[in-house]
Amino acid sequence: MLRQSLEVVCKEDFRKIKIGKHQRSNECVFDCDVTRSACSYTTEGHHTIQICEHKTAIKVRAKVVSRNSCLIICILLNVKLRIARVNMPVFPQYLTPKQEEELRNIANAIVAPGKGILAADESTGSIGKRFAPINVENSEENRRRYRDLLFSTDKSLAENISGVIMFHETFYQKTKDGTPFTKVLQDKGIIPGIKVDKGVVPLAGTEDECTTQGLDGLSERCAQYKKDGAQFAKWRCVLKIQQYTPSYQAMLENANVLARYASICQQNGLVPIVEPEVLPDGEHDLETAQKVTEQVLAFTYKALADHHVYLEGTLLKPNMVTAGMSCTKKFSKEDNARATILALSRTVPPAVPGVTFLSGGQSEEDATQNLNLINAIKGPKPWALTFSFGRALQASVLKVWEGKDENVAKAQAELITRAKANGLAAVGKYQGGLDSAAGGQSLFVAQHAY
Amino acid sequence: MPSFPQYLTAEQENELRRIANAIVAPGKGILAADESTGTIGKRFASIGVENTEENRRCYRELLFTADASVAENISGVILFHETFYQKTKDGTPFVKILKDKGIISGIKVDKGVVPLAGTDGESTTQGLDSLSERCAQYKKDGADFAKWRCVLKIGAHTPTYQAMFENGNVLARYASICQQNGLVPIVEPEVLCDGDHDLETAQKVTEQVLAFTYKALADHHVFLEGTLLKPNMVTAGQSCPKKYTAEQNGKATVVALSRGVPAAVPGITFLSGGQSEEDSTLNLNAINNAPGPKPWALTFSFGRALQASVLKAWQGKKENVKAAQEQLLVRAKANGLAAMGKFQGGQSGKASGESLFVANHSY
Repeated sequence: MLRQSLEVVCKEDFRKIKIGKHQRSNECVFDCDVTRSACSYTTEGHHTIQICEHKTAIKVRAKVVSRNSCLIICILLNVKLRIARVNMPVFPQYLTPKQEEELRNIANAIVAPGKGILAADESTGSIGKRFAPINVENSEENRRRYRDLLFSTDKSLAENISGVIMFHETFYQKTKDGTPFTKVLQDKGIIPGIKVDKGVVPLAGTEDECTTQGLDGLSERCAQYKKDGAQFAKWRCVLKIQQYTPSYQAMLENANVLARYASICQQNGLVPIVEPEVLPDGEHDLETAQKVTEQVLAFTYKALADHHVYLEGTLLKPNMVTAGMSCTKKFSKEDNARATILALSRTVPPAVPGVTFLSGGQSEEDATQNLNLINAIKGPKPWALTFSFGRALQASVLKVWEGKDENVAKAQAELITRAKANGLAAVGKYQGGLDSAAGGQSLFVAQHAY
Repeated sequence: MPSFPQYLTAEQENELRRIANAIVAPGKGILAADESTGTIGKRFASIGVENTEENRRCYRELLFTADASVAENISGVILFHETFYQKTKDGTPFVKILKDKGIISGIKVDKGVVPLAGTDGESTTQGLDSLSERCAQYKKDGADFAKWRCVLKIGAHTPTYQAMFENGNVLARYASICQQNGLVPIVEPEVLCDGDHDLETAQKVTEQVLAFTYKALADHHVFLEGTLLKPNMVTAGQSCPKKYTAEQNGKATVVALSRGVPAAVPGITFLSGGQSEEDSTLNLNAINNAPGPKPWALTFSFGRALQASVLKAWQGKKENVKAAQEQLLVRAKANGLAAMGKFQGGQSGKASGESLFVANHSY
């Protein structure tokens, strides 16, 4: 007797099988997935076989035939059995409605009117560059002391700061009395965020272009950060304007890696802030910056669409559109604001709840004024337009602090001043000139990497 | 720095922007009267009218000589090539008749769908050959906008990447050529309602198709502020056993658009597809009342849904012309209200409740 393992061979790609009431056994109607049943039959003829491995086994009458020394099972189509083909494309679930709601709520809270983000996620190397001009040693304790200063600021800070992005080390640091920073922030009603990328790496064969790494184990990392209090994440990609860049390759690659990051974040309950930064380095004019930004954003949102990213649960962190730092022609802030809105209106779907601009190399005052104008000028602007500033919120703070405990209160006052100014700018109501210690200084660092 | 050769001058941009905004002015929309010879024949057959050139001329004359008040709700008319060059009985070009009423003339420029080999019944649309010269001539002869229809189908494995990419690309080429010749391109990536798919599937497919469309437009440097979109409303398949309300359709439609259509696009002029006159108006009204970011105008570009009652009233008889024109005014007004979310319902016409579905519709 021949004993063989068999597979149920379906002629077509059935996704589901609908079974009608069997005349004799009165079995009920079910939908079930087709799975391959390994079963062994020794004889040809009619058999009843199980075609799915669910708890409720569905039995189907089948005919077993012998062909080429294999036994093949043919599902019988008879009057009582309807094998229905599901005639529509398959869209497996990406997020449940509950997950969507959670992400949507977090995103909306971050861009609530008059509020924005403090980007305090400088990596160890970057914060060292901030400490150097004020002669503060780049030690773990100093880094802890500095962020302690920021996060222990009076709770009125939360009127204008909705969220803080942190670097991994900072995320797990505590105040002097042992309270985790995340708790200090949460108690003020400020949402903790976490930078999850692992820095830029070169794209071989390009003119000094790069992509960003950090996808390995990202899902597990996000799950842990979420457990430990994070509600949003950030990932920065960098594109440069040179004679032949950004190239198609760089735009495609960076957009794709941003979409992968965004997808993984959302699966783990973190709102992804998508940051495709076009650097201001160069001599290009405003129009060029605008066109490149449009291109980059088009690639970005196509990639997000292709990866099914839930736009209502994301935020965008783009550059403001400005001419290159070494451009000989000067443009007004109104020109910049207009160019920025134009670029965004042509590429950022209205479903995105908010745009949280990076400040790049701009001085504190310029960044605020530019944000204000972006909000004040006319144009299609269905998203919130607010800030996610690093240098432009902290320059004065650092200058005043100088690493000394006795300056902490004054330094915190600077933070509140800048936060308030930018909060007003985020609703187009900044009157200008709120004095700060470093208000007018350009904070440009060439070829900036964090 | 990278090179961005000029696509349009500022003057050209201003002109296109002005035309597009005029078409989607509040309370106004488009009468799609661009049925090809074959297609209008099908409409005539149902009322026993012979498909002759004279009858086609008579019928469009009926439409375009309706009372001047029709321009309160009709901003533009899309015409087929033959119609574009026809005249009234007393020799006045249709284009002039419309212009005198303040209605903008548009022209269908595609040359119909053709099969994509190796796909499961998918298609692209042809018509790019000498399109630039044709557009220049139409512009000279009074057109200010154009229309090009692509078709995508929801099946077990469709629409495919190939079909979405190809149709997105051909729409972008068409749009680019139009704009170079001063015509506002209406971009129509229609997802057919044939099938038994549910509302959610229709929404997801529409999102995908729109993503491909706007990526292609971006890649071809199309000036979005000088374009219009003519999409399907998001509804479940015609044979879907589950029924949905106008409110559900409206919501699904706005979500799909908010995820796929940049705010720079001035307006969205929905096609009616196989919907009855009344359903089209109700759905348009629901779309305007749905919650969500809606930075574009949301109005109509209806063919069957503006003309079904007109045809029924006309029956091809001269003595019915006035009554038929009345029907047009009624539907135009209803849709004008719906375009502002203010339609109260029930303005019935002779054919208002009839489904106008034609399987696998091609013009």
